[in-house]
Amino acid sequence: MLENFSFRTIVEYLPLFGQGLVTTVWLSVLSFAGALAVGIVLAAMNLQRGRLFRVPAKAYIDAVRATPLLAQLYFLYFGLPRLGFVLPELVVGILALSLNSGAYVAEIIRAGILSIPRGQVEAGVASGMTYVQRMRLVILPQAFKVTIPPLLGQAIVLVKDSALLSLISVAELTRAGQLLASDRFMPAEGFITIAAFYLLLYYGLKGLAALSGRWLGLAGART
Amino acid sequence: MIWQQLQSIAGSYPLALRGLGMTVVLSLISLVLGTLLGFGLGILRTGGNRLISSAIGGWVDLIRGTPFLVQIFLIFFILPELGIELDAFTAGIIALTNLAACFICEIVVAGIRSVPTGQVEAALASGLSRWQRMRQVVLPQAMRIVLPPLVGQYVLLIKDSSVVSAIGLTDLTRVGWLVVQRVPNGLLVFFLVGVGYFIVCYPLIMLARRLEQRMGAAHGEVQL
Repeated sequence: MLENFSFRTIVEYLPLFGQGLVTTVWLSVLSFAGALAVGIVLAAMNLQRGRLFRVPAKAYIDAVRATPLLAQLYFLYFGLPRLGFVLPELVVGILALSLNSGAYVAEIIRAGILSIPRGQVEAGVASGMTYVQRMRLVILPQAFKVTIPPLLGQAIVLVKDSALLSLISVAELTRAGQLLASDRFMPAEGFITIAAFYLLLYYGLKGLAALSGRWLGLAGART
Repeated sequence: MIWQQLQSIAGSYPLALRGLGMTVVLSLISLVLGTLLGFGLGILRTGGNRLISSAIGGWVDLIRGTPFLVQIFLIFFILPELGIELDAFTAGIIALTNLAACFICEIVVAGIRSVPTGQVEAALASGLSRWQRMRQVVLPQAMRIVLPPLVGQYVLLIKDSSVVSAIGLTDLTRVGWLVVQRVPNGLLVFFLVGVGYFIVCYPLIMLARRLEQRMGAAHGEVQL
């Protein structure tokens, strides 16, 4: 019955929720950094003319996009020890999130680079710039602008995805809710509270995305 | 050793088929229901009634802002407290349908807004009723924008259906989890689980890509 919804218990468990929130935030930050690294490498491979790099990058991106994160998480969680890597759950979780989000980040970066009009590259060539100069001075600064809003969108997805780490018993926000639900048989108190915390993160990131769109002068930037 | 494991895994193929079946059935039911509901919500949201529009917008934001796992837990554990008894399957369908409806609503809204106002004005001037305008003028043109991300959304839905394994439904992911308890080779077991999902999802991803090229909707890509 929701009429005896106990705010008192929520307050009592607040330190646990706080810890969970902090863990969710920093593991998301680490995973997003990892995803950027993976994404940049994959995008660079994917933009090569030669097949040697392009084909494996495409295969990886497709494989990640066509399978659920939970299956990927279990793949690493149950699979890594078999290869001799016995890692803490938290590390496995961050690894899974980085590898998963990296594939989406790669597509965002690639789309950003491809959105630069061909004429810009040609102008760079005509000005006698080398490949690296063209990339650094002409393409990347412009591509950077258009990738920021979708990257923040991906960050939102990543924060929400990190809830799945509770299923391999990482002590993050969702896990805190589960603990309250099972310790005190108070699922409503537990899950409504963590939903509120996630919404806080969501609106924060969403606001940031809107702001960044305005700063960068992008009309109708979508996130 | 690997041979024995393969045999052992092959022995659990009826379970795997059942899991795949569960994944497909769950996704299919919530895909159909979610599409209908999503179009309905999208049309209502662009309908001009401020109150309805912001109520739908608020709900969509709540759903987009929380992890799907938390939504499933909320539905599965809290609806019974409100006196609504439901099994894991129904809870899964409700959660997935609601999720799909909210994302599809946003896609439909974007599609409808992409139709130039002149079209609606012309329809008004021709004396078409509200329903006729929507059905004969706006929606057919909106579909150009809606279709590619809609198919992309179906892929997301199938993948999200894996999360219902957390409340004990024996879908493909849960089968992998069960098998790995007996056959301690996580790499092999979850590779095969991945292959199962890939077979279902990849054709849809290809379809979404092709539609996107055909419709020339370069900006229509769904935020995955």
